[in-house]
Amino acid sequence: MSGLRAVLLRELYAGLVTPLAWMFLVVFVLLAGLCTFVLGDFFARGQADLTAFFDFVPWLLLVLVPAAGMRQWAEERQAGTLELLLALPVTPLAALLGKYLAALLYVALALALTFPLWLTVNALGHPDNGAILAAYLGSLLLGAALLAVATCASLSTRSAPVAYVLALALGLLYLLPGTPQVQRALAAALPAALPPAVARFSMLVHFQAIQRGVLDFPDLAFFLLTIAAWLMASLLLLRRQAGAP
Amino acid sequence: MIEAQGLTRSFGRRRAVTQLDLCVRPGEIVGLLGPNGAGKTTSVRMLAGLLAPDAGFARIGGHDVQRRPQAARCALGYLPEGAPLYGEMSVLAFLLFVARARGLRRAVLEQRLQELVHALELEPLLARTVATLSKGQRRRVALAQAVLHDPPALILDEPGDGLDAGQQAGVRALLRRLARDRAILVCTQQLEEVPRLCDRVAILAYGRLVAEDTPAGLAARSRYRGAVSFQAPAAGPVRAALGLLPEVDTVETDGVSGRITVLPKPGRELLPRVQALLASYHVLPRALELEGGRIEDVFRSLTAAPGGEDAP
Repeated sequence: MSGLRAVLLRELYAGLVTPLAWMFLVVFVLLAGLCTFVLGDFFARGQADLTAFFDFVPWLLLVLVPAAGMRQWAEERQAGTLELLLALPVTPLAALLGKYLAALLYVALALALTFPLWLTVNALGHPDNGAILAAYLGSLLLGAALLAVATCASLSTRSAPVAYVLALALGLLYLLPGTPQVQRALAAALPAALPPAVARFSMLVHFQAIQRGVLDFPDLAFFLLTIAAWLMASLLLLRRQAGAP
Repeated sequence: MIEAQGLTRSFGRRRAVTQLDLCVRPGEIVGLLGPNGAGKTTSVRMLAGLLAPDAGFARIGGHDVQRRPQAARCALGYLPEGAPLYGEMSVLAFLLFVARARGLRRAVLEQRLQELVHALELEPLLARTVATLSKGQRRRVALAQAVLHDPPALILDEPGDGLDAGQQAGVRALLRRLARDRAILVCTQQLEEVPRLCDRVAILAYGRLVAEDTPAGLAARSRYRGAVSFQAPAAGPVRAALGLLPEVDTVETDGVSGRITVLPKPGRELLPRVQALLASYHVLPRALELEGGRIEDVFRSLTAAPGGEDAP
């Protein structure tokens, strides 16, 4: 576990001294405010809740989480530091989890920095804080799942921009089937049983279920299994790069 | 101890390393030489456990690098090619990260840091960001991370690259001190460093080990062994006369310095004949030298392509 801790602390240190990480936080918070108050018509709705914010969260995370994940491994490979890291007595699992947890902490910090929105709705009325908390948990799970996808994308190339595009494309594949537009298109083209089955693989559908304030086991299991599957795939890629036969 | 037995690795249809057998015992520094593309980096990466061999095995400190990678990595200090470092970290933060990853205790770390800061002249660099360091400074920091945990085995890829003469001497002294009870494999292209640093030399060409010997033993294979070289003004007539001696194979003149080198035929002794001839021509030679052989010459002949061109 000393290896995991060392990698986690190094990544957090690198985040603190890298302008990109701060930019990520600032852009996320600015976009969250813009989406909530301008695009989401927060005041026109006349409701003291954060629905306007959480409706945009999946798309914000889709754009920003790959940015947090793209550099994790692609840059290590490009700069040659991956060789240095893998020559240390740090297991591939510890290295993977250390980097993943550090990036997840940034995603969590970005979500936490939207707390002024929560203060605002509480000042304006009496929102269901339980539902808001559940939606934040859903956002974190969605961010963690997209980050696991981005981690795998980052391990499959030595170019950070390519990793970003790959993670974005995979994230879109996970989100789009849950949108009403795609569901309608699928309903028109496929047998009746298939569109709901496709929707069950959409992160958006499971996120929206949690956003309503209901923490169902299938939704939690979906996110946890998705995270585990992508991290497992990442581990296999990393083990290959670490010289495993 | 660093051991390789039958190490073989291909990339697609290209065989990068074939049946490499190598052993570096504690107390010795072995230089791994070879032209570009000879398989040095592939060999080193297999030895460090960063690349799985197709056949054969490698051991570091008695631990199989494939079966017990963690134990092998604990026993190994590794300086990768190009000395890659995390540019955004300060030197001290980077060394602390390596120490933490290696599970070093604080007391041990402080003592080791003190030794290395002194030996590698790192004191003024500790607070600086790695990205702002010069090539030589980066190399010293990379070397420090490799030896920080005092490992029984070291694999160093070009440890002297980018260092000035004084720093190279410092690194050489540090490695000689470390080599008292450690096995050190040094991958280098700096042939002039080899006799000063290495106890033994292994030469790779086309992925195969083509020679393994001491620097002196290797130099003895050179056609320059027993050659006599000197400088003399207006040595045209004497140069022609030297070429006619029965013991002489070739007479070479350096185009820049004008230094004349007389190469003997195999098994023949030249020095007395050359001195006598120079005396008879009333030529007073400067810096007359009996050569022990040139590693560079042996290296070139061993690694040259069959057609006479250098290996790719």
